[in-house]
Amino acid sequence: MNIIIVGCGKVGATLAEQLSKEGHDIVVVDKKSAPVISITETLDIMGIVGSGTSYRILIEAGIEKADLLIAVTGSDELNLLCCLIARKASKCHTVARVRNPQYNDEIDFIREEMALSMTINPELETALEMERLIKIPSAVKIEPFAKGKVELLKFHIPEHSILDGMKVMDLSHRLQCKLLACVVERGEEVYIPSGSFELRSKDTISIIATPENAIDFFQRAGILINNIKNVMIIGGSTIAEYLAQRLSRSDINLKIIEQNLERCEELSELLPHASIINANATDRDVLLEEGIEDMDAFAAITNFDEENIILSLYAKKHSHAKIFTKITRLTYDDIIADMPLGIIINPQLVTADSILQHARTMENPTGCNVEVLYRINDKVEALEFYTGKNAKLVGIPIEELSLKPNILICGINRYGEIIIPTGKDYIEEGDTVIIVTTNPGLNDLNDIIL
Amino acid sequence: MNKYVIFYIIGWILNIEAAFMLLPSICAIIYKEKSVFAFLITIVICLFIGIPLSLRKPKNRVFFAKEGFLIVALAWIVISIMGALPFYISGQIPSYVDALFEIISGFTTTGSSILTDIEAMDYCMLFWRSFAHWIGGMGVLVFLLAIFPMTDGESIHIMRAESPGPSVEKIVPKMRTTAILLYKIYLGMTLLQIVLLLLGGMPLFDALTITFGTAGTGGFAIKNTSIIPYTRYQQAVVTIFMFLFGVNFNIYYLILLRKFKESLKNEELKWYITIVTSAIILISLNIGGIKGFFKSIHHAAFQVSSIITTTGYATVDFNYWPTFSKVILVILMFIGACAGSTGGGIKVSRIVILLKSVRHEISYLTQKRSVKILRINGKKISNETARSVNLYFVAYMFIFTVSLLIISLDNHDFTTSFTAVASTLNNIGPGLEAIGPMGNFSNFSNLSKFVMMFDMLAGRLEIFPVLLPISLGISKIKGHKLTLPR
Repeated sequence: MNIIIVGCGKVGATLAEQLSKEGHDIVVVDKKSAPVISITETLDIMGIVGSGTSYRILIEAGIEKADLLIAVTGSDELNLLCCLIARKASKCHTVARVRNPQYNDEIDFIREEMALSMTINPELETALEMERLIKIPSAVKIEPFAKGKVELLKFHIPEHSILDGMKVMDLSHRLQCKLLACVVERGEEVYIPSGSFELRSKDTISIIATPENAIDFFQRAGILINNIKNVMIIGGSTIAEYLAQRLSRSDINLKIIEQNLERCEELSELLPHASIINANATDRDVLLEEGIEDMDAFAAITNFDEENIILSLYAKKHSHAKIFTKITRLTYDDIIADMPLGIIINPQLVTADSILQHARTMENPTGCNVEVLYRINDKVEALEFYTGKNAKLVGIPIEELSLKPNILICGINRYGEIIIPTGKDYIEEGDTVIIVTTNPGLNDLNDIIL
Repeated sequence: MNKYVIFYIIGWILNIEAAFMLLPSICAIIYKEKSVFAFLITIVICLFIGIPLSLRKPKNRVFFAKEGFLIVALAWIVISIMGALPFYISGQIPSYVDALFEIISGFTTTGSSILTDIEAMDYCMLFWRSFAHWIGGMGVLVFLLAIFPMTDGESIHIMRAESPGPSVEKIVPKMRTTAILLYKIYLGMTLLQIVLLLLGGMPLFDALTITFGTAGTGGFAIKNTSIIPYTRYQQAVVTIFMFLFGVNFNIYYLILLRKFKESLKNEELKWYITIVTSAIILISLNIGGIKGFFKSIHHAAFQVSSIITTTGYATVDFNYWPTFSKVILVILMFIGACAGSTGGGIKVSRIVILLKSVRHEISYLTQKRSVKILRINGKKISNETARSVNLYFVAYMFIFTVSLLIISLDNHDFTTSFTAVASTLNNIGPGLEAIGPMGNFSNFSNLSKFVMMFDMLAGRLEIFPVLLPISLGISKIKGHKLTLPR
């Protein structure tokens, strides 16, 4: 595909990197020359310095032949205007990042009227992800598939767990619940485990299971599952606002600590259920006084990475809470990985992932297109495909399929019924199939067979 | 520094050179020439070194501008060393230094020859010499980029180092597609010229070699008297194609996209056309007077196109032209062709930027508070580009001066020495006096020949890729000295 990315910030750069790796032709447009120069020297893409809302610049970027335009500049209005101009200039799909909560309730109207293919609100997406994780505290990442009927759950195996030393094929019958282990991360290495793969403590493992089965599994595996009652959020940002709105529907006690008094008043007006504290959270006494020791979840989501890291480390030491740390600069991710910072929250990455998913689902040459895509990490992807008419693997038992290496079929959704497949199951037309793979860039179900 | 990537790419370059040498081998077989063995031996040597290097795929393929420059400089040196072998092994050029001079002159599309009797050479040797022009014109590494999937963005460093012009950019987002497009345009125009020459009744071998020389803006002819023996029609075809190959290839891409308006708006192209037409008119008037204006226009046009595009073919011996015309030709030597073409020289766009900077400086002297921006094609020239153009010019003058000083040791007359440097550093071919279009470079000492080989490479790769390995080498030697125990 020919893709134009307007705005070469963190999100733009992540998108450009991933999409160009997948073989698309990328043109980036940014007003500043420095980011354009630096990105064109590391990636095989073209860069244009200029305003993305200028018709002339868009023509220069090849809008006439583009399939997709992604507007991810810092300003919502610029993004929308850019998409509007692009729509008038060509028939390409458009994606805009729109983050101002003011537009949030009207986003469907805007999308419809401006003929956008997609809008994305990074803060809202992040809040939704945090909400899922607060609801199942044992997992570090949860991604819904098959419209939420089955989930991909990622968690760490604690020391002295009964899972330590267990073979992957024994999981289901020893724990008496239907699930499939699909990815194991051990140190730097990532494995798609075969049946005889032996789990060890400290592995990070991803499983596919229905939500009910997942809860059973966590209980039987002895991975502690306390329902979260008390949540503390540091930093009254937009993410906090969205998250608080979502959590107010359940009976969770929420405390938001924010330094700016005006913002506190604003939040207090918006969120009657939450308690808003106006204080400097980096003050140890404030944290202790507000009861950090009794918290079940703690989220450091201020705008400063360094502050978030310190706060999370402190919370780790003084509580048993599940910890969320917002980190925007991922350049030092290998250092951060070694710190006990709990779950790393990165709105940029969330945005890039969603847009990537959209870009991939756009291509459907045979009708067997991608419906959902998640990047488990840089090396592994989980995808959900629709089985169209032209699918070659219909009706053949899975054990007889000659799959490409490093591909695992880990779930079949047949009209709402979830099948965690064994070798004897087979795929029918109309199914959606969940696949985990270390070969990134698949976009057709037929790509998985040799 | 990522040495493995450098070795890996050099390995591939050797394999490609071996493949290229199959063509002159076929030529030798057709003409039943014994010298085919020289090519076969060289092919074996190339593959013997190239295959082991290219098989060791480096795990870490990330590299930066430094490696890019080094790869390009090394690749050009390596292909020249190997490319000279057939001449030497077959004994057609007895001295290896001469053989090296000849092939560097070929690859860099210079066209300066040390041969005293070109027609005595085997056909396959003449073919290889001319084919070297064609390979070197668009660049070996650009060719490698076209056939070789390098997915990383770093490949832009290679293209920047090899392609001429102050600011090299891709024409489409992907490096490989860009390289393929450039080669498609190059190949298309080459084929067109061959067909037009054949239609004019030129023998196939002549049509091929002359077209290779024109396409790469090289200038090796296969006759002692350059292009003089051919018909007027054939000369006119060569004139037009020399001019066309001196134009920035991006413009042809725009034409292919049917963006005619945009392609005509190009400022460099306008300047290029203006310079060429005014030079033709001035020379025609100078050599033919007002009466003989139209008579002399044919030869004036041929020589002007040949010199400004740095090809170096000739239809007359311009040594006998009046001084005014000769001076115009020398000026054209320095100006050179457009950026992004196959031609050499300083490049029209650099000259335009330099002149604009001068005007800018003058207005700054008188009005210190005025803020003005340098523009080309209506776009701002970044300070980076302006600075690099200025520095390029300084480095160019420096190399020119030092080369002239060393070559003057041979004690040729001033015009010969001066134009010898101008001709090699700008990749033209002939100069004036002893090295005029009918002369050759055989009378220079080996030292001078080495200096000129360096000049040819520096001219083709635009100086900095050639200077970088030297500066790295010097700093390495210095570094070793510092660590020596006292």
